Amino acid sequence: MGLTVKPGAGVATYDPEQQENWITTRLDFLVNWSRSNSLWPMPFGTACCAIEFMATAASRFDLARFGMERMSFSPRQADVLICAGRVPFKLAPVIRRIWQQMPQPKWSISMGACASSGGMFDNYAVVQGIDTIIPVDVYVPGCPPRPEGLIHGIMMLQKKVMAERLSDSALRNEMEPDPVSGLYLAPDAIDEVSEPFGNSVNQTRSST
Amino acid sequence: MTAPAGAVLPGSADPGAPAPATPKHVAHRGGAANPSAAALAAKFGAAVKRTDVVWGETSVVVDGARLREIVQWLHDDPSQRYDYLADVTAVEFRDAAQPMEVVWHLRSLPFRRFLRLKVLLPKGAPLAVPSVWAIHKGADWMERECYDMFGIRFEGHPDLRRILMWEQYREGYPLRKDFPLRGRFSRAEQLRQALAANPEARYSMEELSIAQAFEDLPAAMRERLAGGETTGE
Repeated sequence: MGLTVKPGAGVATYDPEQQENWITTRLDFLVNWSRSNSLWPMPFGTACCAIEFMATAASRFDLARFGMERMSFSPRQADVLICAGRVPFKLAPVIRRIWQQMPQPKWSISMGACASSGGMFDNYAVVQGIDTIIPVDVYVPGCPPRPEGLIHGIMMLQKKVMAERLSDSALRNEMEPDPVSGLYLAPDAIDEVSEPFGNSVNQTRSST
Repeated sequence: MTAPAGAVLPGSADPGAPAPATPKHVAHRGGAANPSAAALAAKFGAAVKRTDVVWGETSVVVDGARLREIVQWLHDDPSQRYDYLADVTAVEFRDAAQPMEVVWHLRSLPFRRFLRLKVLLPKGAPLAVPSVWAIHKGADWMERECYDMFGIRFEGHPDLRRILMWEQYREGYPLRKDFPLRGRFSRAEQLRQALAANPEARYSMEELSIAQAFEDLPAAMRERLAGGETTGE
């Protein structure tokens, strides 16, 4: 509570900066509760992960239980971008445009190995992780993830939404790209996260 | 059910032929050649350089300079009627001395025949072959893809642009053997160039010509159209 008694003063003072007060906390809870239970997804399905996503949305796994049955094929009415599948470089400006068109509050889920890291497509055409283009809240591993995996990711996102504070000024940061390079991350950071790993370090960069 | 007027029924030109069946015990090399190969050799002589039969499929290596003539004859001649161009692609071999091959897959629906034409492009020679777009309109995108991936120019193609990679792509031709698997630029540079593209800046020639027919064009598109861009048609 924000009410404290200064020693010696003998009167109670109210300092809103010191701690969040009770009403704001309950408002946070109410807003977060309603948001987390109606996360309208913007499905960005480019590959086999989209098939699993469709299975998740269909009757057996039933995304409607999470308030997500309303697929928003327009980014203007979407809350969470679910990138299901690999993103080639040619699609990179498209997914960024879609992300920028989504109004706040917005979240994103990177579904599957390809969207999260490029997966097995460590080649000239595929973006090595969509976190180099848009900010990602939840990464769902798998190739492709089963619907249970995606639902686990969605529930993690719901927990994250529940923990949000309206007073957090960094929360709704739109993350504008750097005006010079046009990139979200520093170029050396992108090169670092795109370094070959696992089996692909044994591949030559050129056949000649 | 009757076929619509003008439809080509498979096998219609060869009614005496047995019903099509999956062949069994096909020899790797030296099976019966497609009769069109012999007809081509008789008609074009030295322009037909070699005929191979591999796994029952006939490949004819022809002279690139006369390719359009050959495809035109195969398309028009009543004894051939190759009316369907299934694929246009290219092959580059690891052996640096071996020439690059451009491959056309032709199919004759009336005769139920399949014929593969090849043109050899020796190393060091310009990578250019004639376009067959004037004969088979379906060659349009396939030739563009071949150009995009291998850098082979199809002379006479109406609109030879990249089709899979974006048009400003500057790293080269991805399916060539000297192309590094991960591309030539760093990941950050690749991403920067890709993100610099405006996804709405370009329309295909088809979209432009369709839009041209309507009065309610956006002003920006009308300006671009005033520059004289036309379709290949």
